[in-house]
Order: sequence, then structure tokens, then C-alpha cells
Amino acid sequence: MTHLRPTLVVVGHGMVGHRFVQAAIERGLTETHDIVVLGEEPRPAYDRVALTSFFAAESADELSLLPEGEYADPRVRLVLDAAVTAIDRVGRTVTYVSPAPRSTDEPLTNPGAVHTISYDGLVLATGAAPFVPPVPGKELDNVFVYRTIEDLEAIREASRTATAGAVIGGGLLGLEAANALHQLGVRTHVVEMAPRLMAVQVDAAGGATLKRHIEQLGLDVHTGVMTELIDGDDDGVVSGLKFKDVEEPLPVEIVVFSAGIRPRDALARECDLDVAERGGVLVDEQCRTSDPRIFAIGECAAPGGTMYGLVAPGYAMAEVVVDALLKGPGAFTGADMSTKLKLLGVDVASFGDAFATTEGALELVYSDAVAGVYKKLVISDDGTRLLGGILVGDASAYGVLRPLVASGLALPANPEELILPASRGGVKLGMPDEAQVCSCNDVTKGQILHAVTEDGCESVADVKKCTRAGSTCGSCVSVVKNIIEEHFESVGKVVDKGLCEHFRLSRQELFDVVAVHGYKRFDDIVEAHGTGRGCDICKPAIASILASQFNGHVLEKETARLQDTNDAYLANIQRNGTYSVVPRIPGGEITPDKLIVIGEVARDFNLYTKITGGQRIDLFGARMEELPAIWRRLVDAGFESGHAYGKSLRTVKSCVGSTWCRFGVQDSVGLAIALELRYRGLRSPHKLKGGVSGCARECAEARGKDFGVIATEKGWNLYVGGNGGAVPAHAQLLAGDIDTETLISYLDRFLMYYIRTADRLQRTAGWMESLDGGLDRVREVVVDDSLGLGAELEAEMARHVGGYFDEWKATLEDPEKLGRFVSFVNAPDTPDPTISFTEERGQIRPADPDEPVLLASTISVGAPVETTVGAVR
Amino acid sequence: MTRGDRTWEKVCSVDDLEIERGVTALVHGQAVAIFRTHDGEVYALGNHDPFAKASVLARGIVGTRAGVPFVASPMHKHAFDLRTGVCLDDEQASVPCYDVLVEGGFVHVGGRRRAVA
Repeated sequence: MTHLRPTLVVVGHGMVGHRFVQAAIERGLTETHDIVVLGEEPRPAYDRVALTSFFAAESADELSLLPEGEYADPRVRLVLDAAVTAIDRVGRTVTYVSPAPRSTDEPLTNPGAVHTISYDGLVLATGAAPFVPPVPGKELDNVFVYRTIEDLEAIREASRTATAGAVIGGGLLGLEAANALHQLGVRTHVVEMAPRLMAVQVDAAGGATLKRHIEQLGLDVHTGVMTELIDGDDDGVVSGLKFKDVEEPLPVEIVVFSAGIRPRDALARECDLDVAERGGVLVDEQCRTSDPRIFAIGECAAPGGTMYGLVAPGYAMAEVVVDALLKGPGAFTGADMSTKLKLLGVDVASFGDAFATTEGALELVYSDAVAGVYKKLVISDDGTRLLGGILVGDASAYGVLRPLVASGLALPANPEELILPASRGGVKLGMPDEAQVCSCNDVTKGQILHAVTEDGCESVADVKKCTRAGSTCGSCVSVVKNIIEEHFESVGKVVDKGLCEHFRLSRQELFDVVAVHGYKRFDDIVEAHGTGRGCDICKPAIASILASQFNGHVLEKETARLQDTNDAYLANIQRNGTYSVVPRIPGGEITPDKLIVIGEVARDFNLYTKITGGQRIDLFGARMEELPAIWRRLVDAGFESGHAYGKSLRTVKSCVGSTWCRFGVQDSVGLAIALELRYRGLRSPHKLKGGVSGCARECAEARGKDFGVIATEKGWNLYVGGNGGAVPAHAQLLAGDIDTETLISYLDRFLMYYIRTADRLQRTAGWMESLDGGLDRVREVVVDDSLGLGAELEAEMARHVGGYFDEWKATLEDPEKLGRFVSFVNAPDTPDPTISFTEERGQIRPADPDEPVLLASTISVGAPVETTVGAVR
Repeated sequence: MTRGDRTWEKVCSVDDLEIERGVTALVHGQAVAIFRTHDGEVYALGNHDPFAKASVLARGIVGTRAGVPFVASPMHKHAFDLRTGVCLDDEQASVPCYDVLVEGGFVHVGGRRRAVA
């Protein structure tokens, strides 16, 4: 067969195969070559590193690296569900079967069609397969491996009926798998043959720290044990694990093998390519196999005899092969095996010479068993250079330390400061331009700076798009951010976070300033930290900060003039200058007597009534001067402010729950009421809404709220960061199956953390997105208490709860505040003549200026006008 | 202009005006918003927001924009210069601006000022 254009066939569409194609397109290889990619899985490449997040994802598409399903370059053809069965090196063809058989028994029932395709160059990117040790019972039902989305789907299915499961293997992947099982609500055992977890990355002390963290999360860790056999029941389903030298078997219904991976080199072996002693297709520095037309990259390859089970070296190999095909000089000469990851919420990092194997290497250790932090630096014998290290429990220094190893930069005089907690986040070291920042995508500091200075990138998102830095595992994002900010600082470009022309401070900074100085007056704040007399942006923001911190009445003398439109009159202004009134109906539960009172008040004051989306009743058309009289009636009947006018908690919506509903599993109404009463009156950067559903049917639409609670058989799932509106957001799972007490402590922390750090008018969804680390960051602070702020945040909330009072009742008791509710300072008995109503569907509505007016409601009838105090007659 | 002048109307005591908070007064049958700024000046504007077509300006937040005293309408936050009534966001729009006289501790509102071109 003759080709005008040579054809490259890529076998395997995993992360590395995909990266090869991307690089080939970007670097112009497709100008001269056609590319055919044969992927065995039914879907295009996806982010296997983030596999565990599959359970939290809405669909498999969220993990996809090629959501469009095909490449935009027409010279690349992607064939999915295609299993390559043979390579003919003489005829230069590849044979594949499609659809691919799903298991080894399947070819008989699902033969698939056989295809043959010619190649001029061949790239093997077949990856690796999980290693399953020859333990008796490994063929039983409910024995799984952890590698593909299909594996995860099968594990999820099995978890529905299982109570306990074991993961065999306590390495990096084993702990990922354990995390997945744990998330599925299965009691999880981690079984490791070595005397410690993550034996390849951490030392004994680090392993012990990690073990304690994981046990605290409720997982069981068994180290130094050997699995002898897997027990099965009569149906051939797993029933237990038998360990060597242990009498009693461990009762489990699921077993997941995660005891390492083996290169998938069978195709290479069958066509007699050289393979490495310990597996993997042997390749040279250009990733060329013993057949010069065939390359191997990623986990199936063994450059110099060593296979690399991380994605970053695989990416590097992909780039090297593209380079070789373009006749470039690229070579793969080994890889940085540094790792930083978060396993079950615990930071673990290992980099450089972590085990101090260099001659004369010194170790510097910081360990805090109570906080669960272990940090070790390995330093050269003369104390000048960092060789490697291990971080467990707090890996925040990783971003600074790892480039220090790679660049060989001199250590500061007191290297211990790099790992002492006091230096948290404060370590600033001049990093050389050649220092690698993103190890997954091999991006240096210099490349990031180039993207900022030459390509116009201004944010982490821009840089990610432009350089790929931070787009794979995400562990370097905070370093990327620092580099961008430092650069802008150095060129004098001010990244303006100021609130408005009066304050250069952001809302968060103002919040801290108020907390530190204890300011209670706007004048003191603007004089010390701002200019001018404020405006409609900074005044309400400061009013909200003061209200969050001191919980005073918003209409006190000093704060009244700061309040935004609605807070200023404790009601919601409507288009014609009248107000609407919303009494609180916690959880949407109301007695018939109270319903009647609302009806009577609406009838007596001739108000338009409508049921709101938050399960309460809105009364429209009240004149400002009528508000006190309306509220007098409501307060006397036991109502209180619903804060519909405030940037504060609105409602906690609920379904009817287990009390009445035949599907309900918990009392959602009871919890909704408790939460609404707990957080009522809490001033925040934007409005806050909650919801509680009594079962997974989610009738309260809790995931559309800033905080949503959904009942489970075992307790509650807590979701955060949802909202409706113009940019709807689904709340994300913060913690699962927690009891009510834990739920409230997490919510206290979450809300206070939000109130402290969000921008003005930033809802929880946008706030979470803006945090470094997003939901994970929130979970660190709220659930793992990584900042040690938990008790403080809860205490602040306790102060709010203890100090709550109904601001409408307090207003009615204070003549000075009531004095503001007059139509005219010099004619308090004259209603505003410009307000008029007409009628529609049996109720009032604002009249348009040129339509006939309903006289009876121009001058209100039947509504007693509150006696005013302090006004001049 | 003396106190006997019929165009002046005594409205309220200066003490009724809180700093940076407005009140509404009925002057010659019109709703007028009266403000007292931090430096002690008293200003009077028509209360009717021409954008929202509602009589609400007195309920807005008072502050400064580049040194200019202004009120932000509570409806859609259009800013009006307290000295002239001109909208700072849209110079084509303005509200009436009234003369103010503070005498003997009382605020007097006078006639509508001519627009200063």
C-alpha cells in the first residue's frame, strides 16, 4: 500500500495517548502525518488521576479530557471501543476488534468485527493493568480492581448492598480506592502487607501519622498482614478475608485489589519487541522500541528498563516522541517522581531523595502528633542544599520545597523555618526561572512569566489555558497564583481588590480590620482606612460587617444611615415606593391560627398577598408609614421579622419529611425549623438560603440552596454552594452521613468562614469557586479544621445565636426608630399622594401613572396611622 | 430674601435631620427630600426619582463621589448631586433642586433653583 501521507497509529487512548495526539496537533505533526487512535475503552480519554471524584461528578463527562468526543483536527481519527489484538511488524499492520470484548470470556458471545490497518509509525500507549496477586478466591463475585470508570460503576453497584469492604494495598492507589469505598458509605478496611502505608513514598514516622489520620476518619488500617485467601458464600460472592497467622477472618462483602500495576506489554511481547526484565516495553531515550518504527510511551514503556507509574513522566514521553518524529533532539532521561496528593483529606507529599539515600544526607524533622503533622527535610551533608523530603498532614510547603530540590538553590540559613508551622504560607524564596512549577505538565516558572508578560495572561485561569500549568493534579495552583501576583506587584500593576473609591481594602480585609480594631462606627473606619464620606457600595458592606460581628440593631443611630434600601426600613421596597412585608414562617410550617392572622392583616391594610418560593407569604403594597402598625399586629400574634429585606438568612425550605411522608427517612421539617431559628438574622455578604429534604427524592430542592441537607438512612448529607437565579449552581457534597450535631458544627463553621472571607454580594457558589482549592479548601477548613479555626468560628456563631433578637419587635419598642417611619416630616398624617393602586384579579396592584386610580387605596382606609414621635408638626 | 418672604417654607428643626440621612417634606404641595451632610450643609432636592418614577430619593444613601456630595436612589442606585440635582450617572437627567436656608435652628425651603448651565 502506498500513502501520500504517512499514517501514525496510536494504540491506546488514555491520558498519555491523548496527550501525544494533542502535542502532535499543536506542534504541526499532523501537517505531514495522518493519525489514527485506537482506544479500547468505550469513551475517550478521561482524567484517571481524578478517578475518585467520579462519584461526586454529575456524569462521566466531567472527567473527560475530550468532551467533544473527537479531535477538531480532521487528520486525526479516533476509533473507540477497539481492542488491538495483533501487530504485524513485517507487513506493518495492526489488527483490532471492535466492539472490544469486555472480558476474557466475552469473545465467544461478542466476536466483534476484525479490522486491519496499515501504519508507517506506531505508538504504543496501552498503559498498565492492575496487578492482582494469585490469592485463592480472586475470581469470586464482588472482587474488583480500581482503574476504569467501569470498575467504579461496578464497585458502586456492589456497595448498595454491602456494609463492609476491604482494599488490598495501602499504597497511593490503594488509599484512593479506600477513599472511594468510604465515600460510598461502606465500612472500609485497608490491608497492606508492608509495615506502613504508602511505603514507596513515606518513611515509618510519616506512615504512622498518615495511619492515625485515616483511622480518625473511621477507616480500619491493617498493616503488616498477608492475605491468604478470599472467602466466598454459597452464591460465589465474597464473604470475608483470611489473613496469614490470624485466626478469625475479616467479614467483608467487597474486595478491591490495588496492589500495584503492571505494564500492558502483551502486544509487544507477541510481536517480539524487547521488554524489560520487570515488564514494560524497553525503549531508548527517544522512547523508540527495538523496532525503529515503533515507539512506546507512558506506563506500558520502560525507558532504560524502568517503568513510571505517574502521569507526568508519561506526558514527558509523549512530547519526546512527537519531537523525535519532527526530527528534534528531545530525550527522556528519567523523571521527577515527586508526589503531592490529598488522600482522604490528608495532605501527603514526597519529593526528591525522600529516604535520605544520598551519602552523608542529614534529616530535619518536625512532628506534631496531636495535630497529625509530620514533616521531614533531607539536606546535603554541608547543610546548603535540599535533597528531598516528606510532608504528611500539611503539605502547604510543597510548592516551595520541590522546586528548591530541582533547582539546587541554596537553602536559607535556618532551613527549619521552611517546615515550622509559624512559617505557614509565609515562605518566600526567589525561585529561578528554570524551576519547574507544574510537574505534571513540565511548566517552569519562566514559562508562566512568559505567559503573563508576552501572552497577556492575567489570572490563574488564563495561565492554565495557555501553559497547562495546574491543569492536571492542581497541586501547584497556589504557586502559580503567587508567581502571577508577585509579577504584577513587581511591575507596579495594582490588582485592584478595593471595595469602591472610598476604600482600597477588599471586603475580607475590611472585615479583619473591623475585627482587630473593634470599630463600631463608620466614621472611625472611613477616617482610619478610607477617604471621603462613603457611598451606596461601601456603606451597606460595612453595615453588614458590623452586623455580622456585633449583632446590634441595624437601625441604631450609628448604623441606620449605612443600611441599604430595604434594611433601612426593614421591608422590601417595590416599584412604586411601597413595601412588602414577610413574616418568618420557619421551615414553611404554620398553624391555621397564624395563617388567619396573616390573612386578617392583609385584608385590614388592603395588601396584595402572594406565596413566595421560600414557603412563606409576602404582603405587598404597604406604605412606609404603615409598616409599624402592620408589624404591631404581626408581633402581637407571635410573628417575627423574616429578614426578606436583608443580606441575611432568608428561609430554610423543607419537604414534609418522615413525620407524614411514606418515603421520608428523617424529620426534615424539624431540622429545617431548627436551622432557620439558629441562623435567623445572620447578616452575610449576600442572601443565604437553606433547604432540608427528608429523603433522596429531594422535594425541598435543597441542592439549589446555599446549604442543603438531604436525609440518608444513617444521618444527613450536607451540600453547600448552591443557588437558583440567573446563574444556577448545584450545591456540592461537603460531608456525608453525619449526625445532627456534626451537621450543625460544620454549618456553623461553613457560614462563618463564608461571612468572614467572601466578597461583597458574592454568594456561596461564587465564593467557593474563588477560593484556592474550591470545595476541597472549604472541606479542609470546615471538616478537617486545617486552619485550627473551627472552635473560633463556632464560638462566633454561638455569639450570634445567643445575641439574636427580633429587630421588628425592638423597633416597635423604640420611639426614636419609629420616628423614621413617617410620610412627611412636616405632615406626618398625609400619605404620599403619588402612590396609587388599581385592581387586578381581585387584589391591588401599583397603578401606572396614566391609568385610572382606585381612589379607596390612594388614601389608605381602615389602617390606623401610627402616632409618630420626634417629628415636627 | 427674608423670613417673611412667602416663598420660604419652614419645614423642620435642624436637629430632626440626622447626618447623612434624608427626610421627606411636603413643600408647596411637592415632596422634597432634605439632606444634611457630614460637614453640616443642608440640601433639598425633589423627592421623585425620574428613572424609577417613584417618590423615594430621601430614603437613599448619602455619601461623596470624587468629593461631590450625592444621594443614591434606593431604587436603582442612580446618583444625584445634592448641590445641583444633576444625575452623576446621566447628565441628561436631573431632579429639581431647592434653595435652603437654615435660621434659628430651623430649616426653610425656598423656591426651585434655575438650572445652572
